[in-house]
Order: sequence, then C-alpha cells, then structure tokens
Amino acid sequence: MSFLKLENLSKRYGDFTAVENLDLTVEKGEFVSLLGPSGCGKTTTLQMIAGFVEASAGRILLNGRDITNEKPNRRGLGIVFQSYALFPHMTVADNVRFGLEMRKVGAAESAERVKQALALVHLDKFGHRYPRELSGGQRQRVALARALVIQPPILLLDEPMSNLDAKLREEMQIELREIQRKVGTTTIMVTHDQSEALSMSDRVVVMEAGRAVQIGKPLETYENPVNAFVSQFVGKANLLPGTVEWVRDGGAGVRVGNHVLEVQGTSLAVGEHTTLCIRPEKIECCTEAEEQLGGVVASSFFLGNQWLYRFETDCGDILVILKNNGQTSCQPGQRVSLRWPTSAMRAVASESAIMRSAHV
Amino acid sequence: MSERASSNFKPKRSLPYLLTAPATLLFVTMVLAPLLLTALLALNSYDDSVGIKSTYDLHNYLAIFGDDYYLRIFWRTFWIAGLTTLICIVVGAPEAYVLSRMGRKWRAFFLIVILAPLLVSVVVRAFGWSMLLSADGLINHALQAVGIAPVKMLYTSGAIVVALVHVMLPFMVIPVWTALQRLDPTVEHAALSLNASQATVLRRILLPQVAPGVLSGSLIVFGLSASAFAIPGLLGGRRLKMVATTVYDEFLGSLNWPLGASIAIVLLVANLIIMMTYNRILERRYSKTLG
Repeated sequence: MSFLKLENLSKRYGDFTAVENLDLTVEKGEFVSLLGPSGCGKTTTLQMIAGFVEASAGRILLNGRDITNEKPNRRGLGIVFQSYALFPHMTVADNVRFGLEMRKVGAAESAERVKQALALVHLDKFGHRYPRELSGGQRQRVALARALVIQPPILLLDEPMSNLDAKLREEMQIELREIQRKVGTTTIMVTHDQSEALSMSDRVVVMEAGRAVQIGKPLETYENPVNAFVSQFVGKANLLPGTVEWVRDGGAGVRVGNHVLEVQGTSLAVGEHTTLCIRPEKIECCTEAEEQLGGVVASSFFLGNQWLYRFETDCGDILVILKNNGQTSCQPGQRVSLRWPTSAMRAVASESAIMRSAHV
Repeated sequence: MSERASSNFKPKRSLPYLLTAPATLLFVTMVLAPLLLTALLALNSYDDSVGIKSTYDLHNYLAIFGDDYYLRIFWRTFWIAGLTTLICIVVGAPEAYVLSRMGRKWRAFFLIVILAPLLVSVVVRAFGWSMLLSADGLINHALQAVGIAPVKMLYTSGAIVVALVHVMLPFMVIPVWTALQRLDPTVEHAALSLNASQATVLRRILLPQVAPGVLSGSLIVFGLSASAFAIPGLLGGRRLKMVATTVYDEFLGSLNWPLGASIAIVLLVANLIIMMTYNRILERRYSKTLG
C-alpha cells in the first residue's frame, strides 16, 4: 500500500486554479521531487500536504489515514522551509528541541535526540549558538535537524537549496540525499531546479500550470519527455516541428524544413504534425560523408568541461554540447557536419498543458 | 567596487559636523539651554513679598522630598503612568497582532482608525471624555435610564487612566506592529508543524520576537503619560493632581517658579531612571538573541 496518496487534489483561488486534479502516490522511504517553473502549483501542493493551505477538492491519505482536513499542528510532518524559519530568539539546540518539547518527550531522551540530530547534520558544536551567528548552509542544517528530530513520517522540503550559493548547493544536495538515505524518511521536495530534482530524487513530478504533466524516474523523464514543455524544462532540448512523411513499423520520417528526419518507436500517422526532440549532448560532429545535417557555427560558449554550440541549419537553430577535449573550438561561420543515433530522436506532443487549456 | 569608490571619495573631516550643525544648534537652544536655566532656577528660592531670590542651594528639593503632599503626587503620577502602560500593552499588542493579520484593505482602514485620534488635539479629546464621564454626562444618563444610580467618574484617577490609554494607544500599536512586520511568517508555520498549539506559538514564538517593539512602545507611553498635562488637568480636576499639573500650578498659581522648576527636574530625573532601568532589564534579556 502506498504511504502517501494524493487523490484528485485541487486548489482554486476564485477563478484561478493553482493545482488541478493532482494524483500522486509515494512509497515509504521514497524521495519525490515536485519540479516546475514558478506558479506551476508545486509549492501550493506542498502547502496542502503540510496543512497550511486548504484543499478545494480531493483527498490526502497518509498511511491510509485521511489527513485532508487535519490541522497542521496535528499532522506531525517535518518541514524545512525555504527561509529555514528558525526561531531567532532560541539557540540552535533549543530550536531542535522545540518539537520534542511540544511532544512532551522527557528531558534526558530529548537531550540525547537533540545531540544525535545535530551530529547527523555535523553541527554538534553549534548547539549553544543563535541562528544569526550561523552561515546560510549551517542554518539550513539546523532546519533539517529540527525537522528530522521529531522522526516525522514525511519530510517536506520547500526549495531547500534556493538560498545557498552554487558550490554549497551542490555539497548540500549530496549531503541531504545521504542523510535521507540514512534515516529513510519519505521525502517530498519542491524545486524549480531541474538538475537538483534529477540528481536527488527517486522520482520526479514535473508540474505545469497546476497539473502533473509527467511522473517518473529521473532518467526516464529526461530520456522520454512526454511533451515539449517537459523536454525543455528538464534539461536542454532541440525542438523541431514537422510533418510526418512516411511510416514504417514503429518508426516514421518527419519532414522538418527540407530534410526528412527519422524517429523510432512512435505511432504517428502520415500527414500528422509533430515535434521532434533531441538532446544537445546526443549530437556529434562528424565527417561530411557521415553527415545527417549540415550547419554553420553561429556561436560557441565554453563551459569548462564542455562546449555549447549553436548551429544554424536548414532545420532551424540546433544546440549541441560537445566534450572539451582540450582543443580550440569551431569558429563562428565555420561549416560543420552533424550526426546522431536515430534512437536519440524523440517525437513529443508539441502542445503544453497551458496551451491546451488556452485552446479549450 | 564599493571599496574603491569610497577610497576615491574622501569627504572633508568637517563635513559630518557641518551636516549635524542645524540639529545641534536646535538641540542646544531649544533643549539644553532651557533645561540648564530650569536647573539653575530650581536652586533659587522664593519669597512671597520679594519674589525670586538668587540663592543657590537645595532647599526646594529638600522641601519636595520632605513633604508627603509632593511625594503622593509623584507616587500617583507613576502608578497612573505605569497602569496606562500596562493597559496599553495588554490592549495594544493584540491589536497590533490582529492588524498584522488583516487583509491589505482592512488593514489600511483600521490603521487610519488607530492613527486618527492623533489628528485631534489632546485638549479636544480630554473635553470629549469629560462630557462622557461627567455627573450628567452621557454614561450617567444611560445608567440612570436603566435604573442605576449615577457614578462619580470625572475627576478620578480612573478617568485619567482611561483618557491616557486612549491617547497613548497608537504609540504602543505602531512599534509592535512594526516589529510584527519584520517577522518571517513561516516561522509560525514552522512552530505549528512541530505540533505547537496556536497559544504556544503566540507565547513562545511571537511574543519574544516582538518584545523589542513592546519595549519601545512602553517607554514612549510611560514617558508621555508621566509628563502628561492636558488630560490630568481637565479630567483630574483641581484636587487630583499629577506632577505636570502641579508644576503648572506652582508656576502660574503660587508663582513659586523655583519650586515648580525643581519639581520638573525631579520628574525628569525620576522618569529617566525608571525608563532606563526598564530598558536595561528587558534589553539584557532580549538583545543577546535578537540583536
């Protein structure tokens, strides 16, 4: 049986629908990310699970128990807020102890548990400090320790990394995931950072305009995006709109500009409009003999471990990521030949949820 | 970058002095000089036939501290100011909290309601209260209408406290409200998520954080109440005196300026001592945590 279940969960503010008919099941111990741009309803969903926002429709089941209308202070969930929301007038240890105190845990036991929680986040020596004496990363660890010390059935993380600088963020991502694995708490994280969602989660829920457009394992979501929105929001993607020219056992040829590009494993019909999607790192430069598509270098960006090129081709602009092999880049204006494995080409639904609702 | 900008721009040493000169001038002529003159005047003596005599001793102070009459006035002044402050905290802090929780439109409206009394002169408001509270005022008429004997309300310390609270409330609401504005609203959510009840959130999370606001509010209210003049003058009558009205009577009634001046100085010093002690106690408790 699933541990946390969201059934048809919706939130409406007047005419505006923040979350629409969201269905999600989370297994015990799983790490699930709600990923989407701002305003997609991911935070509202988290707030409904936490109990700070009332659901307009639908149910939230925790371990079989309906908690949809339960007060937030009865749900017993651990929450790490975006601003960390530490109690500024209490020491780190008092912050962590607060939840135990509210649960009337005995002094000896709570002292031990506070110690363990602070050790878990490597802040053993900071118990007597006040939040304002800590760095951003340390504050975040305190918030995590405070949420975990009550041994909540579910840990909710609201954009936990957004206030950290890039390097610290990467470190904390790894550490947070390790801590989560160690304590095994079922975790739901809200983030707008696709790399964070991909690297940390067991499953990713991509949300757009209040709906879950795709729910799946990170690799699966990246490799097989269901529509153009997901392909562009999760990673970079080249999107090529075209018309199906021929169909042959599960594959199809799609005319894009004056090229016909092959795509596998689809059920397209001749004459149908579709959008092809290919990831920039799946394309490589080749000799003219092997060329599938020719182009001219429009611009190049050096990213350290790789180069990001924009090529102008007959099919439109194409982004390509090439490994940095220590050689200087192609110069703008230079002609290049491109190729890719046919299996890397995908056909995706070209319309996004936003566009669908706009058409209705 | 800002470092370079500041090293390029070297202000003249005299600039800060020049910029603060108008304020300093104002302070010296309008505050320090009169205060000094009052302090000097307090050392003089007064004779009914001759007037003010240029003696310099402490006999006025000795007279004040040796006379039960003055000590009772001081005691009354400070308990009235203290009670007013207490009521302002009890009424004003929750009021500020409710205000901070309102929708934007309602908040703007009620903020004006709270501040509106400041636009009306204290004297007018004191007259208003005296019309309400007097022997044949509105309240007593209402009481008589339901068959209750009239109550003496005007010219009592109760009347002074009620009117002072009315006048002072905005000075409590505003600093507390400002302190509430600065709070991170998710801190409350965090406490709730840790199973705290709403009452616990108020007591353990909100109250300690708005304590500095309550502190500054009570300093303002206490200071203004202890030196209030118009309200005790109009609502306390001739017999129920507070310090400020006593000073006024000494100056304009008995024309004993030196005695009036020394009472004023005692009020000032006592006020300073009380407020600084209060500040010291609370600040020591909260400055460490809230900065």
